[in-house]
Amino acid sequence: GDQGHEPPRHCPTYIYKVVLLGSTAVGKSSLAYRYVKNDFQESLPTVGCSFFTKIIRMESATVKLEIWDTAGQEKYHSVCHLYYRGAHAALLVYDITNKETLGRAKQWLKELEKEFLHDEIVIALVGNKMDLAEEREVPLFSSQEGEEFARSRSLLFAETSAKSNHQVKDVFMAVGKTWGKHEASQAWTGPLGRGCCPVALLPPSPSAPAA
Amino acid sequence: MAADVQAGRGGEEPGGGLAPGDGQHGERADSPTPGLAQGTEPGAGQEGAMFVHTRSYEDLTSPEDGGAAARSPEERRGEAAGPSSMEQISKDFSELSTQLTGMALDLEEEMRPGKEGKLEPAPQAARHDSVLSGKEEEDVTMDAWRMHRKHVFVLSEAGKPVYSRYGSEEALSSTMGVMMALVSFLEADKNAIRSIHADGYKVVFVRRSPLVLVAVARTRQSEQEIAHELLYIYYQILSLLTWTQLNHIFQQKQNYDLRRLLAGSERITDNLLDLMAHDPSFLMGAVRCLPLAASVRDAVSTSLQQAKAKSLVFSILLSGNQLVSLVRKKDQFLHPIDLHLLFNLISSSSSFREGEAWTPICLPKFNSSGFFHAHISYLEQEMDLCLLLVSTDREDFFTVSDCKRRFQERLRRRGVHHALQEALRTPFYSVAQVGIPDLRHFIYKSKSSGLFTSPEIEAPYVREEEKERLLGLYQYLHSRAHNSSRPLKNIYFTGPRENLLAWVTSAFELYICYSPLGTKAGAISAVNKLMKWIRKEEDRLFILTPQTY
Ligand SMILES: Nc1nc2c(ncn2[C@@H]2O[C@H](COP(=O)(O)OP(=O)(O)O)[C@@H](O)[C@H]2O)c(=O)[nH]1
Ligand SMILES: [Mg+2]
Repeated sequence: GDQGHEPPRHCPTYIYKVVLLGSTAVGKSSLAYRYVKNDFQESLPTVGCSFFTKIIRMESATVKLEIWDTAGQEKYHSVCHLYYRGAHAALLVYDITNKETLGRAKQWLKELEKEFLHDEIVIALVGNKMDLAEEREVPLFSSQEGEEFARSRSLLFAETSAKSNHQVKDVFMAVGKTWGKHEASQAWTGPLGRGCCPVALLPPSPSAPAA
Repeated sequence: MAADVQAGRGGEEPGGGLAPGDGQHGERADSPTPGLAQGTEPGAGQEGAMFVHTRSYEDLTSPEDGGAAARSPEERRGEAAGPSSMEQISKDFSELSTQLTGMALDLEEEMRPGKEGKLEPAPQAARHDSVLSGKEEEDVTMDAWRMHRKHVFVLSEAGKPVYSRYGSEEALSSTMGVMMALVSFLEADKNAIRSIHADGYKVVFVRRSPLVLVAVARTRQSEQEIAHELLYIYYQILSLLTWTQLNHIFQQKQNYDLRRLLAGSERITDNLLDLMAHDPSFLMGAVRCLPLAASVRDAVSTSLQQAKAKSLVFSILLSGNQLVSLVRKKDQFLHPIDLHLLFNLISSSSSFREGEAWTPICLPKFNSSGFFHAHISYLEQEMDLCLLLVSTDREDFFTVSDCKRRFQERLRRRGVHHALQEALRTPFYSVAQVGIPDLRHFIYKSKSSGLFTSPEIEAPYVREEEKERLLGLYQYLHSRAHNSSRPLKNIYFTGPRENLLAWVTSAFELYICYSPLGTKAGAISAVNKLMKWIRKEEDRLFILTPQTY
């Protein structure tokens, strides 16, 4: 692999593709960076699309997590569908201090629902910047928004903070876990003939944090 | 969105000189003379150039649609504004200045017609030797750095704001009306460059339909140079959208708000403006190479060349804003302006240091109608080495990503990794290496290769404003050397803090800065010695054997 350390021969490698979608500046890149590098930077403006990989080694298999992070700008829209094609999971990210961004995340959900069948993809709604709770615009418990909305569409839900490292790993693990349950018998074959099969990731975390 | 481009550029494409500048390759003279043929000067490629041959301004100013280029200067003069509109402009401009600075200006501006169309120095008009006194020009060059303030606006022809360098949204929309009054003045000529000179200000307009670019500058750059920077901004916008898409949008909807589409990329334009104020690459219209032993560079280039893929057009390795290696598809030439835009893109975002980026990008001088897809990544966390792989196929991410892996593997196998690391430790050389005591700094450009070399800026130019002042002096000499009506081939400038000498021939441009105590005779002998040194070092300072896939 490009990480320089090949997995042992007998141990199969599975590729798992996760895409991050949402408005500009909600913290998509920061979430990816936190998860892959366990670090936070104030400024990481994305141009086009960024691609990160993270190798997760388990006893019986290795999972190569591919994370696609898009700039989310209008001028790149026509290329976006390419990025989420073949995705196993999508994180729809909004910023809890900006209500508009939740609306945008819901629009992304519509697009995904057009592109994928119900069981084809695991979708998580992620409210980021929960360290800024005092500036919150999107309430955590209400019928229309956030968690309730996620539950009504059978999406996973979490509030995260890339900055203070809250629930970031858990979100990535959770989408991996649920996908394993849903897609136990299916294998996706991408353009390079890369197959995928279920893997037990870490135990899922509670989806709703204590506010 | 426009279809992807196929590599290649039709004969009808705009942009002027298409032929690479690998003209005549005679003997490589040891000590260059003014008569040195292009292609034999130090730094000229031995097997042809990497870049499209450029001739400075006219290359930048040639319009995308090629329409206006063919028209004679007489035709254009006929379209200059009459006296009544000039009055109006004076008035508008006084309002504009007030809004920009918060104080009224005494407006006795001289109105000058544009200098477009005759940008190529007329050889008969060239004075062969000229001495400029620092007294006469003192205020010019002193002020250049202190009054370093330049507003830049981009608007659509319908008057909608597109970009503003400093102004907030509100300030922007309040000045736009005035801008538009000024712009209506350009109506007649679609690709005109016009300027207004006021007390300490220049307002320069460049119109590239459907956009109008305006700079309000207190710098003492010539209007040509300011226009040159505005054109870079124009190309920067094209690189995000393509010329085709931009035109399509405004044909559909004249008063479209382009800011929607450009949202998030303002900082790329901001960065370009900052970069142009610090990096002589833009002034020289040329590319600087990372100093590197030829054997190491060759090994790097060969590794790049071997890590190819069908869809790849250019593989570019860079460090900071210096070129390490460039491998291109046979018969495809990159334009230095396009490379500058790529340099700017990379320096404008720290995010390229993480992961791999894959982004559509238009290289407007290569083909302004379509997107390439660029794979951008750094080789290693701690190393300032950025790899740019330019592909024609947006689906090819994994193939291109694999090229990167193969390139790194080859680098390791060739064992040049360590040598590269060493070279990166000292990305700039000291002028002391030349061994001329009075010499403080220089810029040397080989015209046929489109490459230039320049040492690190050292004492006494330590503080940022001192560095800018030095660049301001070079800008000043450059504008004098390239003045459209009275170009100068040799300029000798004496000032209280330093002396400078500029020497421009058909093959190279040389600007040197030396001690104020140095004499003119001393400077001339320094030039000879310096040219010999550059010749001796050329395979380290330049890329003499560019490679193709
Ligand atoms: N306070 C806070 N700021 C964050 C968080 N995540 C991202 N940011 C900031 O939000 C801005 C946009 O983040 P970025 O990751 O570039 O957003 P993207 O455009 O969605 O990729 C940056 O200034 C980040 O530093 C977070 O969890 N908490
Ligand atoms: Mg981002």
